[in-house]
Amino acid sequence: MNEILNGIVKALQLIFSGDPTVYGAVYRSLLFSGVAAILAVLWATPIAMLLGLKDFPGKPVIKGFFTTMIGLPTVALGLFLWLILRKDVGPLGFLGLLYTPGAVILGEALLVTPLIVSIATNAIEAVDPEMMNLAKTLGASESQASIAVLKEALNGIIFASVAGFNRAIAELGVALMVGGNLAGFTDVLTTDISTLTARADFVTAIALAIILLLIVFGINIIIVIARNPRVLLMLGRMPQ
Amino acid sequence: MTAFVELRNLTQCFGNRTALDNVTLQIQEGEILALLGPNGSGKTTLLKVLAFLLRPKSGEIKFEGEIVTDRNSERMRLQSALVFQRTVFFSTSVFNNVAYGLKMRKKPKSVINEEVRKTLKLVKLEGFEERSTKKLSGGEQQRVALARALVLKTKLLLLDEPTANLDPKNTSMLEEIIATVNHELKTTIVMATHNMFQAKILPDRVALINDGKISEVGATTDIFGKLSKNLASFAAVDNTFAGTATITEAGTTIIDVGNGVQIEAAIQKQGETSIFISPQDIILSINPLKSSARNVFKGKITQIEDLGLLVKLTVDVGKPFTVQITKRSFKEMALNLNSEAFIAFKASNVNII
Repeated sequence: MNEILNGIVKALQLIFSGDPTVYGAVYRSLLFSGVAAILAVLWATPIAMLLGLKDFPGKPVIKGFFTTMIGLPTVALGLFLWLILRKDVGPLGFLGLLYTPGAVILGEALLVTPLIVSIATNAIEAVDPEMMNLAKTLGASESQASIAVLKEALNGIIFASVAGFNRAIAELGVALMVGGNLAGFTDVLTTDISTLTARADFVTAIALAIILLLIVFGINIIIVIARNPRVLLMLGRMPQ
Repeated sequence: MTAFVELRNLTQCFGNRTALDNVTLQIQEGEILALLGPNGSGKTTLLKVLAFLLRPKSGEIKFEGEIVTDRNSERMRLQSALVFQRTVFFSTSVFNNVAYGLKMRKKPKSVINEEVRKTLKLVKLEGFEERSTKKLSGGEQQRVALARALVLKTKLLLLDEPTANLDPKNTSMLEEIIATVNHELKTTIVMATHNMFQAKILPDRVALINDGKISEVGATTDIFGKLSKNLASFAAVDNTFAGTATITEAGTTIIDVGNGVQIEAAIQKQGETSIFISPQDIILSINPLKSSARNVFKGKITQIEDLGLLVKLTVDVGKPFTVQITKRSFKEMALNLNSEAFIAFKASNVNII
């Protein structure tokens, strides 16, 4: 137990000292997952609009597919991507993405897409069904009307992106498999925590874990407050 | 003369349900046409078809002589505007809502500012530009929705039950605006209503619609004159009764509408007749009123409908009467289904159709 507490103290010292190893990993985590979330939102939004606004045969199947894919094990996705991106062997090996930041970003984007699609679809479906007709009767074209609906669903889509980011930054399997955890290049908070612990360098591992938890919990708290600003009022009223 | 809008053999289905059945209708330029019919008769569907929002299953729509197709419907839509029965707003200010259509038409900012301001003044909502649509009263919301359409100065204006949930003051305000718009801008207006009184005063022509079919179209005076029996049996319209009228010694008329209900009217009429009493003219009480009202009936509340600030009740006194009271009165009187209640109205409030 002493060792653990010692470790925590040393970890905090590491954090406050601005240690480059630590902050390098933080930077890469934020960068890769941030870009991944943005990429995922870009291709998830049109899909969500299709699912949320239009009716077509097979729609329940596709919706079900995305819902199921939310639970895709990260290592499984990591493996498939690894096989596809393998240089000279995989079908997309020519891209030379394997063991580069590009692979991590791509992998995480694919991982969080089902989640973002599901949340965004719900947000769009929650918009008043007559909104499209309203926009159209006021002179909007089909695409302009869809944009109007999208604007109404914006809160939900932002929430979806943040949820996607959270999932991406917290995952290990994909980043490890297709990133390779190359020091200073493709290592991120999760992959470092994993390998450092295996090497028994747990002071640094604890430092990274604390930061990761702060990021993830911090974002979650912001989401809760953003969805229900009353929480702030409640906190303000609590006895000092 | 080419009709302004022409529907020919138009059928519209939603799944298994036929909403419009072989409808043929011509709308003249510059007129106000009322669609009179009960809920579910197809009024809303017909208006959506006229708004070029729905592609009919079969049949033809012609607008200004041109057949409406999938390809030109977007262009046609710029000439018509539909105001929905249930108001829907963009989550933004009153200004942005009213300006939306103008933005879609790429009008310059200065024009948008001016037109929105003028239209808000027309609907008596001056200064409401920056208000949030969520914080408006029912009457104000309806007027913003109307302003949103009026500002576009479309040739065709379609209104779905524009005053259905409004109190009398807002209702007459809206009716006045509609009349002004038709008179000054020569806008062709088609309005769906199930308020007989409104259908009698405002429009030039009336089309009776039921079960997706149009049973009759004609000048208001004709429809209300010769078809009084059909009209009265129109389940749509509240408080219409057919009966036999007898002139009394006092110079008033007693109309027997059946089930022991005898209504006294201040006009003189003999023989078969149809009458109508506006729901707003009926007073509801828990105890019988001793007043100058000639018509007092005891009955039971058989239906309650919450309209926000108003509550609509059906009181069965032998024949069903629709009464409209404020939510506050409803709560103060502690009324429920099957409560006993009295209705009262003056002889002068009985309208002969």
